[in-house]
Amino acid sequence: MHAKHLNTPLSDETVAGLHAGDLVLISGVLYGARDAAHKRLVEALERGEPLPADLRGQIIYYVGPTPARPGQVIGSAGPTTSVRMDPYTPTLLAQGLKGMIGKGYRSKAVREALRHHRAVYLAATGGAGALLARCIKRAEIVAYPDLGPEALFRFEVEAFPAIVVNDAHGGDLYAEGQQVYRRATPA
Amino acid sequence: MCQDTGTAVVFVELGQDVHIEGGLLPDAVDEGVRQGYTEGYLRKSMVADPLRRKNTGDNTPAVVHVDLVAGDRLRLALLPKGGGAENMSRAAMLTPADGERGLRAFVLETVERAGPNACPPVIVGVGIGGTFDTVGQLAKRALLRRVGERHPDPYYAALEEELLAAVNALGIGPMGYGGTVTALDVRIETAPCHIVSLPVAVNMQCHAARVGRVEL
Repeated sequence: MHAKHLNTPLSDETVAGLHAGDLVLISGVLYGARDAAHKRLVEALERGEPLPADLRGQIIYYVGPTPARPGQVIGSAGPTTSVRMDPYTPTLLAQGLKGMIGKGYRSKAVREALRHHRAVYLAATGGAGALLARCIKRAEIVAYPDLGPEALFRFEVEAFPAIVVNDAHGGDLYAEGQQVYRRATPA
Repeated sequence: MCQDTGTAVVFVELGQDVHIEGGLLPDAVDEGVRQGYTEGYLRKSMVADPLRRKNTGDNTPAVVHVDLVAGDRLRLALLPKGGGAENMSRAAMLTPADGERGLRAFVLETVERAGPNACPPVIVGVGIGGTFDTVGQLAKRALLRRVGERHPDPYYAALEEELLAAVNALGIGPMGYGGTVTALDVRIETAPCHIVSLPVAVNMQCHAARVGRVEL
């Protein structure tokens, strides 16, 4: 499969050119955040406070890494299950967030918000966190250090591999890919 | 492998003739978890309280199951259980009339709902029988077996094979992108149960399946 090279931040034109099933290699900045950091980001917005990072055009990676061994940039850093971030995602997309990397199904509300705000949902390979960590060249905590592995991270990545699952046009790799191989209706 | 280095689930087989000195067995297991997760740079994923959610900082406590067995040996099996697949696991109290058909539907529905979330290709642990509290443990115990190790009872061995084929016909595939291999194995563990009950549980295991064993 031919991979598309992406650089962050993403423009609307770049997002429009992505389709479910595309393999992409991402270089630039990824923000790392999961459950607890999402809760704080959305609570800050509700209080009318600025976010600790400008998310316009950016991609959030749902990850809670293992601790780095001495000399390592980061430990194992694979995707966590995205559905837990669904309640917060439309609010962040409204702030200009253009992409998310995780694994697993998204809610209907998120899929509709992706079309509305012209953004994409990507999946990285679960269980391959040690391998994915090799693409992370720098890692720093931007906010919420008290949350440990759930803090808000800023990563600099090179050729980070991901697959487009939900594009801005309504395409859905999970639905389309599974349909091809489905041989039975569950009882 | 995966950054989710899990809850430390430990199955202990304690020989009746073993005498442990100097402290309690669960404390010793927790100390091992503390050292292993800290010195091995593994992730600390345990919170002390389910609603107030403060991390314990050292991945303790472990979940410890102890069986008393004959002999003077102590055997430990460690299953570091990731949360993504665990969250897609389910249990139900079916009725005897639901039978094999009901079980089959429940297993397929659980794997289908889990989809990509459980990081397929998965291993499906199925518990049947016992009571509400023990059926989940049966399902988890099934995850300790090796891939392809069939149930000793030919009836259940055949059911495992049939369920594996049915699960793979769902087409979910590796990471849910579509494919012919959704599960690497389906394993059943059973226990006697009440005349009115048919408890069933499905414990999902992601492809990053890690089991360690030691005998002392």
